[in-house]
Amino acid sequence: MLYRENGQFKTSYAADQQIFPIAQDRWAIVGILVFAFIGVPLLVDEYLFRAILIPFLILSLAALGVNILVGFCGQITLGAGAFMAVGAYAAYNFHIRVDGIPLLVSFLLGGLTSAAVGIFFGIPSLRVRGLYLAVATLAAQFFTDWVFLRVPWFTDNASSGSVSVSNLQVLAWQIDAPVDKYLFCLAFLVVFALLAKNMTRSAIGRQWMAIRDMDVAAEVIGIRPLFAKLSAFAVSSFFVGTAGALWGFIHLASWEPAAFSVDRSFQLLFMVIIGGLGSIMGSFFGAAFIVILPIALNQFLPALGGLFGVTISTAGISHAELIIFGALIIFFLIKEPHGIARLWSTGKEKLRLWPFPH
Amino acid sequence: MSRQIGEVILDLKNVSLAFGGVKALTDISFDVREHEIRAIIGPNGAGKSSMLNVINGVYRPQQGEIILRGQHFSKMNPFKAAKAGISRTFQNIALFKGMNVIDNLMTGRNLKIRSNLIQQAFWWGPARREELAHRAKVEQVIDFLEIQHIRKTPVGRLPYGLQKRVDLGRALAMEPSILLLDEPMAGMNVEEKQDMCRFILDVNDQFGTTIVLIEHDMAVVMDISDRVVVLDYGRKIGDGDPDEVRASPEVISAYLGASH
Repeated sequence: MLYRENGQFKTSYAADQQIFPIAQDRWAIVGILVFAFIGVPLLVDEYLFRAILIPFLILSLAALGVNILVGFCGQITLGAGAFMAVGAYAAYNFHIRVDGIPLLVSFLLGGLTSAAVGIFFGIPSLRVRGLYLAVATLAAQFFTDWVFLRVPWFTDNASSGSVSVSNLQVLAWQIDAPVDKYLFCLAFLVVFALLAKNMTRSAIGRQWMAIRDMDVAAEVIGIRPLFAKLSAFAVSSFFVGTAGALWGFIHLASWEPAAFSVDRSFQLLFMVIIGGLGSIMGSFFGAAFIVILPIALNQFLPALGGLFGVTISTAGISHAELIIFGALIIFFLIKEPHGIARLWSTGKEKLRLWPFPH
Repeated sequence: MSRQIGEVILDLKNVSLAFGGVKALTDISFDVREHEIRAIIGPNGAGKSSMLNVINGVYRPQQGEIILRGQHFSKMNPFKAAKAGISRTFQNIALFKGMNVIDNLMTGRNLKIRSNLIQQAFWWGPARREELAHRAKVEQVIDFLEIQHIRKTPVGRLPYGLQKRVDLGRALAMEPSILLLDEPMAGMNVEEKQDMCRFILDVNDQFGTTIVLIEHDMAVVMDISDRVVVLDYGRKIGDGDPDEVRASPEVISAYLGASH
């Protein structure tokens, strides 16, 4: 009843093209942002920040990048972990080698380096597609694994490939308490999500989606596949690379190449598939599902067992966690192959008409 | 009717196209004059779609050349063709299924967009203004094709007849000077065909767009086109105005399979 757009008339195309055309959505998003920036820091303890919220924010950003490439442009990639690694190590090198470089600048330069590497590994997409492209991007993964382990220059001659950073600050803001890290990542994510939304609703986004849906027709109406595909690789790798820099600097503080292994690539791909391909919102849902659900299950299962008077061993919990997690993924993919974002939008559509069926 | 047929705008000379040993087109020449409706007809497999694909550069002919407004193209490609003002629709609808009607039509405006990726990412001055200006243009096309009620529907959910109309809309959004229509009426019922004919004639009449169309419905072709090319097994067997073509014994035998 409350979620209605009755009486909200659009009198200009500008009003019709805004990101949230329905007033209730605008209020909801303002509410969520206020809560995230002000409410959460007051309410949440350190463990939640470290274990859930910070990883969730950073992986959402990475998933956003992967979604631009896979969901919007239709180019499957298994190299997301590699681009995170490139972003992290590039930002690290700028951070230690350029004196007095601001932290933000080194993050963005890390992202840009990752974009350049992304364009390079995106070149095969001009010739191959689908699973073959996935295999080609997998090459990026093994290549970066090797480079950061074996070329000491990139890790400032650390023999194990492990590097660490400390004493991070932006202007006068010291980022070491979990709440500061959380706010820093949140600000990044909000800005990048806005940029992603703007791109996907303007000409470049339509080019990507046109290439995804029907590449021959796209070319016929004057879209150059070369530009559309490589720009998707660049933007996607920029997002993923920046997320990598955040993951290394803010979340881990000291890391080695294994932090960005092929597992990470798969994890990010699963996030966008489960969350919803071709949906900004879906990237957040996917990241939440994959980051939060295992931890939630871990906490919730012993309590549930206790309710029935059953004590579950620690090993039993971790097994059950995997089983339930896997089952849920299969369930979602069967019930809604377009991901949680589609469930969400179907729900909203139903709500607009409720209590009438149509 | 203020429409006046002008000079030759598109001239195809001795075009031959083969896929391995299969000769799709053999030594075909014909021309298209400005503002006219030119039909290509022929039995299945005659090479009609291949002909359109050659014109807008999806296929590269082994021999022959395409002269567009006096400019010679021995190798056309789809992007060049689009820049030169050629747009087309497809036989098996090739819309962008995941996007809604407005976005599909907006892709037709792509070549006219000047703002760059960074400006678009920040929804910055020029990018925003362009988006609004092109939206206004697209709305004109939507009004013209009478599809206002579905403008926000994802095209994958539309019925076939409407998808065909959106496909035409996307081509029109490019404001083409030459419009290639590949079986615009295939699979439609009588009312839908009548609507489509009306749109084709209106486009030709109001915007002066030159139209090259492939169609199987002979009544429609003979009614709306100014001149007709007839292909059979990749060869041209007839060319002229509808009455001439209808009377040609070669065309009759190709269509009816009369014995020689």
